[in-house]
Amino acid sequence: MRDIAEGARTALGLTTTKPHYFFFRHKWPVRVCHWINAICLAVLLMSGLNIFNAHPALYLGSGSNFEHPVLALNAMTDDSGNVVKGTTWIAGKPVNTTGVLGASRVDGELAARGFPSWATLPGAQWLAMARQWHFAFAWLLVINGFFFFAYGFLSRHFARDLAPTKADIQHLPREIVDHARLKFPHGEEARHYNGLQKLAYCFVLFLLAPLIVATGLTMSPTMDAAFPILLWIFGGRQTARTIHFICAFSFLGFFIVHIAMVVLSGTWNNLRSMITGWYVIRKGGDHG
Amino acid sequence: MAEQNRRGFVGRAVAGASTLMLSGCYDLSQKPWFTNILGKVEDLTHAAQHIFAGPHTLAPEFTKADIAPMFRANGTLDPGTDDYKAHVVSNFRNWRITVKGLVENPLSLSMDDIRALPPRTQITRHDCVEGWSCIGEWTGAPLALVLAAAKPKPEARYAVFYCADPMTVEGDPEHFYYESLELSEAGHPQTLLAYRLNGEPLGVEHGAPVRIRAERQLGYKQPKYVHGIELVSDFSKIGGGKGGYWEDQGYTWYGGI
Repeated sequence: MRDIAEGARTALGLTTTKPHYFFFRHKWPVRVCHWINAICLAVLLMSGLNIFNAHPALYLGSGSNFEHPVLALNAMTDDSGNVVKGTTWIAGKPVNTTGVLGASRVDGELAARGFPSWATLPGAQWLAMARQWHFAFAWLLVINGFFFFAYGFLSRHFARDLAPTKADIQHLPREIVDHARLKFPHGEEARHYNGLQKLAYCFVLFLLAPLIVATGLTMSPTMDAAFPILLWIFGGRQTARTIHFICAFSFLGFFIVHIAMVVLSGTWNNLRSMITGWYVIRKGGDHG
Repeated sequence: MAEQNRRGFVGRAVAGASTLMLSGCYDLSQKPWFTNILGKVEDLTHAAQHIFAGPHTLAPEFTKADIAPMFRANGTLDPGTDDYKAHVVSNFRNWRITVKGLVENPLSLSMDDIRALPPRTQITRHDCVEGWSCIGEWTGAPLALVLAAAKPKPEARYAVFYCADPMTVEGDPEHFYYESLELSEAGHPQTLLAYRLNGEPLGVEHGAPVRIRAERQLGYKQPKYVHGIELVSDFSKIGGGKGGYWEDQGYTWYGGI
């Protein structure tokens, strides 16, 4: 009982055994935009995988060179037409991915599916509905992103909190070693983002996000008529589609590392600060 | 120990939440109030793309070197009806394209009439809603010329295209592929009644004798085997009421993205 009560106090930042104080870390626009983004990215990734499943292959250039995809998720059938094997082709090399990619179980039966049902939205193969979800949340992401960028620049949040300083760059090697040892900044150092964190956020905000929106728009034939330069920038519609796919998985990679860092550097403290704004700084504490 | 329990709890909470979210999304996809919101998003996309693209911007055109060695045929590959087979045998000599509805001057055109109009040839990229693209050279009569000859009435808003390929699922009453475009898209300079692909007369799998090319739209908006064009002010009484065969199956009417 005592353990639980103590744990609860620690989680809420109410322990009095160590000197600590509350620090207001995230203003409301950051918190609201963060959670809208989180929902958008989950829906966009999963509905995107459902759309991809309609033609689970990627190409380079303007048109699809069906003989030579750079990536393809295929299913193999036996003589009676039953799906028996799922194969992922990467640059012409086959990898057996039965059960996950190319072929996975739908209602207990192995079926031809690029990505499995548990990874797509809707779970069933339903291109028309997946497209509607995808475009609706793409609008929400762009509107939210517009608001966040306006806020970030005007309030100097980007300049103050996200732009890496000279010191950040100089400390980068030490930062990498510390992160690899799962040693995270604490105490006063936790009041601002560290160098690696700043670089990760800048990479996602200023490179990945604009890139995934622009390559998404390049896939629209009407947008190509309005802005043919998009095709020139990305090297054709099919290359844009491939870049869009790579960006989506880069977002997934960011998400996985982001969640790992949140958990390892103090789940509740981080979660509380992104929900209420308040973050607990422990002076000389073991983890912040 | 407390830390471990807490992590276990977080893990279970995340797994539970994602399962709830997944089944929740599936349920939402079936709810009219939610799909209505998604439908409004289609209007927003349509309006926004209209602002950026306007009625006149051209789809990119390519060179002979970009043409795909084999143009992928999709959808109906052969209408297969007795009527259509007879047209194939007679080389579409008796094929007529009627233009009716909200026009001052209804028309019934033969393939010779269509071929007599000043043709346009364009090498363009065909984008399927599934995600793939294929480049081909199309020759045809600009639809704008046909519409101008038919003299649309002021209240006409859409051109509906009637096709010869049956889409009947067993047990349903007989129905055929159809599509529609707003008049500005139908009158776009690259919108053709196309009768040649890569210099050859259109093959059966590509929509012989004539198909629509609407180069700023996805493939399903470009029907094959066209035999009728009707100008209407709304399409709620045609087919399933959504403006096209795939639209009736849940695809968006706006096919610019």
